[in-house]
Amino acid sequence: MSKREQLKDDFLENRLIRRRLVLAAIITLVLLGLVIARLYVLQVVEYQHFSTLSDSNRIRIKALPPTRGLIFDRHGVVMANNLPTYRLEIVREQVGDLEQTLAELRQYVDYSDQDLKRFRQSSERRRPFESIPLKLNLTDEEVARLAVNLHKLEGVEINARLTRNYPQGRHAVHALGYVSRIDERDLNEVDEVDYAGSTHVGKLGLEKFYEHELHGTVGVQQVEVNANGRTLRVLSESPPIQGNNLHLTIDSRLQRVAEEAFGDQSGAAVAIDPNNGEILALVSMPIFDPNLFVNGISFENYNQLRDSPSRPLFNRALSGQYPPGSTTKPFYGLAGLETAITNKEQETYCIGYYRLPNEERRYRDWKKEGHGATDLTKAIVQSCDVYFYDLAYRLGIDRMSAFMAQFGFGVKTGVDSTGERSGLLPSREWKRRNEGMPWFPGETLITGIGQGALLVTPIQLANATAEFALQGVRYQPHLVKSVEKIPEYNLIDIASRVAGRYQISKQNNWEHVHNAMVNVVHGLRGTAFRISQGMQYKAAGKTGTAQVFEVAQDEEYDEETVARKLRDHALFISYAPAEKPRIAVAVIVENGGHGSSVAAPIARRIMDTYLLDPS
Amino acid sequence: MNQTFDFDSVSITRRIIDALRLDPVLLSLLLILALFGSMVLYSASGSDAAAVIRQGIRIAVALLLLVAAANVPLRMLRKISVWLYLGGVALLVAVMFFGEVGKGAQRWLDLGFIRFQPSEMLKLAVPMIVATYLADRVLPVGLKELIVSSILVMIPVVLIARQPDLGTAILVGSAGFFVLFLAGVRWRIIISLGVLFSALAPLLWKFALHDYQRNRILTLLDPESDPLGSGYHIIQSKIAIGSGGVYGKGWLNGTQSQLDFIPERSTDFIFSVFGEEFGFFGSVVLILIYMAIIFRGLYIAAHSTENFGRLLAGALSLTFFVYLFVNTGMVAGMLPVVGVPLPLISYGGTSMVTLMVGFGLIMSIRSARRFRV
Repeated sequence: MSKREQLKDDFLENRLIRRRLVLAAIITLVLLGLVIARLYVLQVVEYQHFSTLSDSNRIRIKALPPTRGLIFDRHGVVMANNLPTYRLEIVREQVGDLEQTLAELRQYVDYSDQDLKRFRQSSERRRPFESIPLKLNLTDEEVARLAVNLHKLEGVEINARLTRNYPQGRHAVHALGYVSRIDERDLNEVDEVDYAGSTHVGKLGLEKFYEHELHGTVGVQQVEVNANGRTLRVLSESPPIQGNNLHLTIDSRLQRVAEEAFGDQSGAAVAIDPNNGEILALVSMPIFDPNLFVNGISFENYNQLRDSPSRPLFNRALSGQYPPGSTTKPFYGLAGLETAITNKEQETYCIGYYRLPNEERRYRDWKKEGHGATDLTKAIVQSCDVYFYDLAYRLGIDRMSAFMAQFGFGVKTGVDSTGERSGLLPSREWKRRNEGMPWFPGETLITGIGQGALLVTPIQLANATAEFALQGVRYQPHLVKSVEKIPEYNLIDIASRVAGRYQISKQNNWEHVHNAMVNVVHGLRGTAFRISQGMQYKAAGKTGTAQVFEVAQDEEYDEETVARKLRDHALFISYAPAEKPRIAVAVIVENGGHGSSVAAPIARRIMDTYLLDPS
Repeated sequence: MNQTFDFDSVSITRRIIDALRLDPVLLSLLLILALFGSMVLYSASGSDAAAVIRQGIRIAVALLLLVAAANVPLRMLRKISVWLYLGGVALLVAVMFFGEVGKGAQRWLDLGFIRFQPSEMLKLAVPMIVATYLADRVLPVGLKELIVSSILVMIPVVLIARQPDLGTAILVGSAGFFVLFLAGVRWRIIISLGVLFSALAPLLWKFALHDYQRNRILTLLDPESDPLGSGYHIIQSKIAIGSGGVYGKGWLNGTQSQLDFIPERSTDFIFSVFGEEFGFFGSVVLILIYMAIIFRGLYIAAHSTENFGRLLAGALSLTFFVYLFVNTGMVAGMLPVVGVPLPLISYGGTSMVTLMVGFGLIMSIRSARRFRV
């Protein structure tokens, strides 16, 4: 720029701005002229047209809710369907005095304050001529009482609508999840148009994860109504499209057997087909009836479920994080062989405890008198802790964690449901970040027997077992086998996805650990020998006992004196048949005591049912 | 003039107005508009007196703030504009992380005692900062000034558009660019930007707009395609306005509005209630009142003695116009449905306050003149 231009000249600048202002004024005039012209067209030229429309603006648009997709198990057994139920609905516009009508209705129907609150909430969002449910799932008696008095109740309707139903009741509730009435928060998440007619939405589990498949497409009906809003005739209709059906990988019979095997104990079990990641059973105990939630659970029922000490609402299979205990030993054993830190013959002498060099503290073995000279096979079969303290010490936490990560520990499996947690694979870095402390060698030892900070979810443990069974191939576990697209009714298979792969360097290493696991079940001194009685196939397994309660250095753990909720968790992982695995199972029984006596029999019943009883 | 109207009350009122440094013309127009607004609101809210009283309180509070703003000297305004701008942008970033989600968009910041929409602040802060920046530079603006100002405008605009709140983003963006326009951005730049924008439009359509925003534009072209969603708004709004005819159905007699066919009828779609009840005639009168307000603002801008005042008063008046145009255009089915209220009439507090404070600033600019008009 030249010097002359740099100088400010107020006169010139003022003239410039004024010119622009005048120009802007002209533009505003033109644009407002356009608006006025538009209004002229609407209000003067087309007045007749719109006036007629307005007088006969009795054409109303009704949203027709789609029917929710069905859910079947892998053999076609219905897990979720829709049943017609009667609902009490109100069209506010036709009601003279809403409050009075609501009060009057109390004589015939016992609706709760919660129902009323929901009714008012949706009233704010819906137009006054839309019918809004006050109470769902009327009893026959209520329907009868209402029907007799309906003529007195202007604007009150009894409508039959399809409502979600879970014919299996409590069974498989943690796999399925449930739907419930749409609340304020859901409304912010879903598409308002798509859900214009819907009253329910998936809240948990599959029902939530596959909401977009299950919900379907809303339909529209144009109806002509009279001056009071009563429907005279239907002018046009585009019907709703039913949601897609889901076919699960779950075997409902197996699921039931597994649930029953738990009795009244709390815990979780996950069974996976290692060859493709299909989840055959996903158990979290105790279970509850999802049907309670569909039409709005009562406060009493809900409080009871929520406050129950056994926490039935908690999905242990995906959200429960447990120390895996000795079930980690086969993995660490394989790590030892693969890194050549140990070999098949090397022995550690177990005297009942282990001590780090230059440290006083004793790391105890579960067997007080010790196992004596112990090689890897014996250490797995008899679950010797000292062997693994020593192995862990020599491996070091970095190698241990890196190896475990290859079996999916520490990250979510990505199962197609909600609420999954990632467990915890501790590392130096993790400890520094979270506790601001360096990693201590002692922590490496207890991690080596699956205690300490290490946490796994049952589904993680089952999937890691599946990966081990398949010699290093890990599939992403999934609950849905195929989606049945409506209206074409063609099945789209959900492809099994490989989630991770561990390249075993020597086939022999794997076989060695595998054989030790077979011996856990079938060997005379195996910790799970008891379940092999009468077994018609060969299984590989590993028991585990996870400490909930830390015993002080000079104390003894006495099962009798420790309160039940502080008792150890019992664990068992297994796969079978050993020669060609078709099922991998992880079982955790909370506060069950020993894996061998409590968890292993449950696993056996699951495997027996799946492998021997193909009805 | 003074001789003929020398009632005591008139002269006292006049003196008070002068002492408060207010502009009597603008003030009367705003009050007339507020009166109109209360009437329509009473009708649109289904004769809900409580809603009108709430709105009245908002107007009163907003007027107090207007008086306060009118008494801030221009020098001070230029100083605080930087802080207002920086604070506003910081709050927008805060909204991104801690904001309350309402109706699918993240706009509100919950400060515990009050819920606050920082994007409103930027409607004033952006034109103020750009006007401050350009006031001392040589006009017409050069390339460097253009780039710096554009960045100042685009940062908050992008943040607001991401919330997503397209309506407010348009208002903030236009406020900033009006300052630039008035400061004399060269025509070839304006034209080349226009060409560039049209060239990029397909890309913006694909990547910058949310699904629902695209839908609203498509719905405008074919309202029947989405009868359950925003198409419904447009159809019903057009029927309401059109059936008003030349003189309207009369106050409280709009069947469409009273029967609740019009959604958002006391907020963004209040103009359709007005159109139905007061007809073409009433609508034109209303638009003329708005026009008078806009022109008074432009007049004050033209007669300001310094560039800061000229630019800011001009830009604020033109932004007010954008409110009016976008809202009436949307309600009349000419423009897509974006959340822009009918200024000073729609029910709701935040935009009311911002607008009134804006007019307070314009009045402050008027008092700063050396020669009274």
